[in-house]
This record gives sequence, structure tokens and C-alpha cells, in this order.
Amino acid sequence: MIPEIGHFALIMALALALLQGVLPILGAALGNATLMSLARPVARGQFVFVAIAFACLVQGFLGNDFSVLYVAQHSNSQLPTLFRVAAVWGGHEGSLLLWTFILTIWTLAVAQFSKQLPEEMVARVIGVMGLISVGFLLFMLFTSNPFERLIPAAADGRDLTPMLQDPGLVIHPPMLYMGYVGTSVAFAFAIAALLGGKLDATWARWSRPWTTVAWVFLTLGIGLGSWWAYYELGWGGWWFWDPVENASFMPWLIITALIHSLAVTEKRGAFKNWTVFLAIVGFSLSLLGTFLVRSGVLTSVHAFAVDPARGVFILAFLGVVIGSSFVLFAWRAPKVGLGGGFDLVSRESLLLVNNVLLAVAAAAVFLGTLYPLFMDALGMGKFSVGPPYFDAVFAPIMAIAVFLMGAGPFARWKQASVAEMAKPLGAWLAASLALAVLVTFAFDHWTAPIIGGVTLGFWSLLSGLAYLFMRVRESAAAGTWAKLRTTSRSTYGMLLAHAGIGVFILGVTLVKGYETSSEVLMHLDETATVGGYTFRYLRSENVTGPNYRGVRVALEVTKDGANVTALYPEKRVYNVQTMNMTESAIDTGLFRDLYVALGEASVKDEWVVRIQIKPMVDWIWYGCLLMAFGGVLAVTDRRYRLTAQRRQPTAATELAASQPESCRG
Amino acid sequence: MVHNKLFFAFLFMLWLPLAHGGEAVPTTDDVALEKRVMAVSGELRCLVCQNQTIADSHAELAIDLRNQVREKLQQGMSEKEIVDFMVTRYGDFVLYRPLVKSTTWLLWFGPFVLLALALGFLVFNLRRRRAAMLREESSMSAAEHAQVASLLSETDKGVQS
Repeated sequence: MIPEIGHFALIMALALALLQGVLPILGAALGNATLMSLARPVARGQFVFVAIAFACLVQGFLGNDFSVLYVAQHSNSQLPTLFRVAAVWGGHEGSLLLWTFILTIWTLAVAQFSKQLPEEMVARVIGVMGLISVGFLLFMLFTSNPFERLIPAAADGRDLTPMLQDPGLVIHPPMLYMGYVGTSVAFAFAIAALLGGKLDATWARWSRPWTTVAWVFLTLGIGLGSWWAYYELGWGGWWFWDPVENASFMPWLIITALIHSLAVTEKRGAFKNWTVFLAIVGFSLSLLGTFLVRSGVLTSVHAFAVDPARGVFILAFLGVVIGSSFVLFAWRAPKVGLGGGFDLVSRESLLLVNNVLLAVAAAAVFLGTLYPLFMDALGMGKFSVGPPYFDAVFAPIMAIAVFLMGAGPFARWKQASVAEMAKPLGAWLAASLALAVLVTFAFDHWTAPIIGGVTLGFWSLLSGLAYLFMRVRESAAAGTWAKLRTTSRSTYGMLLAHAGIGVFILGVTLVKGYETSSEVLMHLDETATVGGYTFRYLRSENVTGPNYRGVRVALEVTKDGANVTALYPEKRVYNVQTMNMTESAIDTGLFRDLYVALGEASVKDEWVVRIQIKPMVDWIWYGCLLMAFGGVLAVTDRRYRLTAQRRQPTAATELAASQPESCRG
Repeated sequence: MVHNKLFFAFLFMLWLPLAHGGEAVPTTDDVALEKRVMAVSGELRCLVCQNQTIADSHAELAIDLRNQVREKLQQGMSEKEIVDFMVTRYGDFVLYRPLVKSTTWLLWFGPFVLLALALGFLVFNLRRRRAAMLREESSMSAAEHAQVASLLSETDKGVQS
């Protein structure tokens, strides 16, 4: 009965989504206040029904209802409760329902936090999001129904793929989808601006916080995915330029460009068309990514549904969304008004160069991901594109961007001078290089790329510090603390996010440059020494989990005789899917990880053990956290909180709110 | 390389009398050969895995191919000959790094060409905007200039008060 309720709820949601998608936009076009005012309540209604459907599916998993096909395919009575909930989005149909659910949550948020926006804009934004909902609901109801019955019911389920039975699975997809779906808000704002014919700095000011929040979630989602792959897949890698990873990374690059482009549009009213274009491309890539893995075109660790019927629907949906938005763009993009003028060397132009670099980087990733497909389709040969290509092409482009990232804040709006910027920055650049040389001396070898990478990492950190020093020096306030407080949160957010990039680059460069690995055949009581650490095979024991059996090896780790830790890598066989799974054992440290995984065993108490020492690897994810935190700081800036408080503008608050940020702000 | 030093440390320690059990033996005896095997394997894709080289993978096919690479190196084939052999057998797909040939020029050079074009377009566009702004400014009449001046001085007075 409950699955039928869920199914019905989806149909109701579709009806409401259709109303939500059509009526408010019609109302905005006709100036009909009644139709426009339907947007918020209908959006809330759609949320309720999608939530009901989602709850029904969760109940199907919790209640072990194996008469539902999707539950039977992805769950099992022995599956621990936490993973049963996570299994809701472990497969194609359920993950689509999650996507739709999150879309209704974002729509609810827009409906709730948009009191200061004009009605036509809200109506259009919610309308566009309603139309996207329609697409996903149709896709589900026609090709991918999570509530399809299995008759007769299965006695027990096929279990969740063992690789996905992990706490990381609980959080990675929801986080990532919050990011993906968030790009639809930026997209909706862009379409709303095009529909309304009003594309100005105020529109950019409204779009910015929404875009930043989506970016934060996307950053966290991708970081989590990388971290999860690192400890779950068992071979110590954390980024493979896998097609699905690329599918999430391309929107991230474009949305990063969009955040910076919105800054120019908001502050100077310039390059509005480019900003709108980026918003459309960002969401298009997001959709492309969501669907790339479900079309059967690519095989990867992530591959979901492999079904041509779904592929056709996806292609049609993508065509409609991307096609219509570009047509709208070509038709309505404003052709008059240049916005504020600025010099060839200025903060605006540097931000635009940043955009160009990020967009070209995204294009390179796009090219590398889809090239084999195109070539194969054209019959021009089957070949593969992997990490060597992406590393060789992506790194140099981003290196330029990161260098400019450090210099950018020092450029004035409208007009900047390279000589003036080079004076303070030259010294900091030299300092970064010196630090890089010092750090690499701590290891036993170096290469030019390593020095380059470490220099860029330190440059990102030091240039941020230099900027703070400059702000303190130039502030009119009395006392260092007061001077620091005059700097806005959004500036701190920027500095923190850029510092996060520096931390990230340091982690990546040092781990790729200096990780060591060793494969040894170990017997009871034997030791192996790698990177100064001694690993002793203490014992092995059989373990039984809720839905698996396995062997756990206990390794004692010492360094120079002092005890460091004990590691317990495992080899498991899951009861239902009888897949061999390697559970790696990791000792996490601030400056290094010890990573141990078991290979194959031929004889009892004899194991091939792969030991890896990974210096600075966790800085990769610390960097992601810093970036996300920087974004959060930027979104909680005073200007966004003030507008919410301002119900009745008085002269005083008007003046306070309109205080211009300092020229370099 | 660190690898080298550690391995010789193993070998050395094997000869030391140890109170407990002995040193675990690395899965290979000849470290120089193994380095070459790994170098070649790093260029070859594991055909049954999701995006791994045969150097990284533990799949049966990967281990099998690594053994073949080792045998061929021991027989005296060069690294390039081995890679060519694999390509003949499995096609271009087995190369982890795509070759630079006419069908992949777009792949390898495309991004950089695009970057140059985009930066060029940006500079061109910025110069054109600048020229258009200057034209607009110079086309203002003397009366409009006077109006701007008086407005600016009013604002200054307002801020100072």
C-alpha cells in the first residue's frame, strides 16, 4: 500500500509542478498578480508531495519490502539500518527521487528567503525550477519508477553493492546533489532575468548568495567523494579523472567562474551577458553530469542505469533545457549598455582572465571526457584518455589562474598598475619560492613541477596574508583588532577560500611528489620497513560482520622503536553478492597518512601487503573544507543579513546599508 | 629514490640477527627490473578495470600482463617495443596516455589554442569597450560636462557635511 501512496504522491507532485512551472511565469508576463502569487504556495505543495514519496521509499527500505523492485535490487534483510537508508539513493531510480526531493527543498528555500525580491522575479525563478521538476518527475514516472512492484515478491534482496556500504555513501550523494541542484537556482535567476528583460547589478546582487551556497555544497560533495574513494577503493588513489568525477568537476569550475563574474557584474554592472551565459552553462553541465552516468554511454565506478530508453529521454530533456535557454539568451540578452568601463589592467579584467582560464579548464576536461566517445562514434578509432592527459593539460592552465588569484585582490577596480602591484607582491613571490625550496630539501629529491606546485601553494597562502597586512595598514580605525574588524566577512571569505586552494595544492603536490609504496609478502611475526616506519604482522583473525565474513590482519606500527599505532586491514566476502572487498587501514596524521591494504593470500597467515606512506595527503581535504568555510563566511556577510532586517528603511539604515565598500573591498 | 634506499635497507637487515621473526620479503628480488616493469605498466591501461593502469591494479588480467611485461624485459625487449606489442594486440585503447597523432591533435592542443584565442578575444573586446567609452565621453557637449562637474561638487559637499 505504501509504495502505491508514494507513486500517487509523485503523480500529484507532477501536477503541481506543471502548475508551478506554467502559471507564475504566465502571470509575470501578463502582469497578473494572482497568478504570480501562486508560485510560493504551489511550490510548498509540490515539496509536500515529493517528501511523501521520498518517505514512502525510505519506509520500503526500512521495512524490508521486497515486493518493490528497487528495494529488492538494492537492499537485504541483513543490511544494517544506516545503509538501508543510504541504499535509497544507491541506485538509479532512488537517486533521481533524491535529486527531485532536493530540488523541492531548494525551491522551498527560494520561496522562503526571497521577501525582498520583486514578485515577477520570484514568480519566474520558482516557475523555472518548477519546469525542471516537471522534467525529472516525467523521467521518473515514465522510465524510472522507484515504486515499481516485483510480483511475486522476492524472499530477500540482492543487497547493496558492498563498495557502497560505507558511511561515506550516506553523505556524499546528498551533499553533491545539493550542489548540483543549487546550480539550478543560479540558472533560474538567469532565465528570470532574461525573461524579464532586466539584467542589472541588482539582479547580480540577489543571485550571488544562492550561487555561493550551491558552490559550497558542490565543493564539499566533490571533496567527500574524493575522500571516500581514497579510503574505500583500497589502492590509495583519490582522484582518477573518472568520467563521473569530471562530470561533477566541470560544473564546479564554471560555478567558480560564475561567482567571480557575479562580483564584476554586481560591483560594476559590467559583462552581464557573460554572467548569464555562465549560469546557463553551469546548470547545463550539471544536468549533463547527472545524466551522463545514466545513459549507458560511459562505464565507470559510478555507472548507474544502462538503458537506451532512458538515454533517449535524457537526450531530449537536455536538448530542451539547453536549447531553449540558449535561444532565449540569443533573443533577450541585452544589446545596449556597456556598464562601467575599466582598463586593460584592472581588477575587473583580472577577474575576467580568471573566468577565461576556468572556462578553458572546464572545456579541456569536457574534451578529454567525451573525446573517446566522439572518436568512437565517428569510427576514428578506440582510444582512452586518462589521468596523464588531464594532468598535463589541466595543471598548467590552473597554475596561471592560481598565480593571478594571489595578485588579483591587489588590483584596484577600474584601473590598476602592474608596477604598483609588483612592489609588494614580488617579495612575497620570492618568499614562496624560498619556502618551497626549503620544504623540498626536507625530502630527498625534487623536480621542477614539485617546486612549482609547492611555490604556488605557498603563494596562495602568503598573498592572502599580504592582503590582510595591506588592509590593516590602510585602515583608518584605531588598533589592529579594530582594523581587522572593518574588513568585511566576504573579504575574509575570499581570503579563506583562496587559502583553501593553497592548502589543497600543497597537499596534492607533496603527496604526488613524495608518496612511497612497497609491496611485501608477509608471514606471521615478520616486519617490513617503509619510509622509516616498521610494520610487524602480529596476527590474523576471522571476523564476522552483519552481512559479511572476513579476515582481519593486525599490524603493529613503530618508528625508531616507539609505538605509533596498530592497523587492521581486512579482506571481506559479503554474504549476498559474494564480492571480495579490501578494507584498507589508514593511520591519519596531520603531515602524513599510513595506508595499508591487503593483496591476495595464497596460504593461511601469508599475505601480500601493500604499504603506502602518503605525506600531506589530508591537506587535500582540509583545503576543500577551508574553501567551503570561506564560502559560508562570504554568504553570511552583513549586507545579506541587513536586507533581511530592513523592514522599514529609515534614513540611518539606508545610509549604513549603502556605505560603499572601500575602493579595494 | 626512496624506494631504492629502503629496499637495500631490507636486504641489509635480512642479514642481521633478529630477536623475533625475520624481515618480510618484498614481492620481488630485482628492484631495478621491477622499476622498469612498473614504468612500462604505468603506461598501459588495465582493460577490465575502471580507469586504472596495470601497475596499480590487482585484477588477474593486470597481474598477468605485468608478468608478460617482466618476461619481455628480461628477454631484452625495449620499453617501446613492449608498448608497441601491446598496442598491436589490444589497440590504441590500451595506452593510458593517448598518443599525439593527427587524430588527437584537437585533444592535446585544443585547450591551449582555445586559451590563446579566448585571451586574445578578451583583450580585443576590452580595447574596443575602452574606445567606445572614450568616444561616448568625448561626444558629450560642453553643457553636459558642466552639469557633471556641478553634480560632483554637490555630492562632495554632501559627504563632507
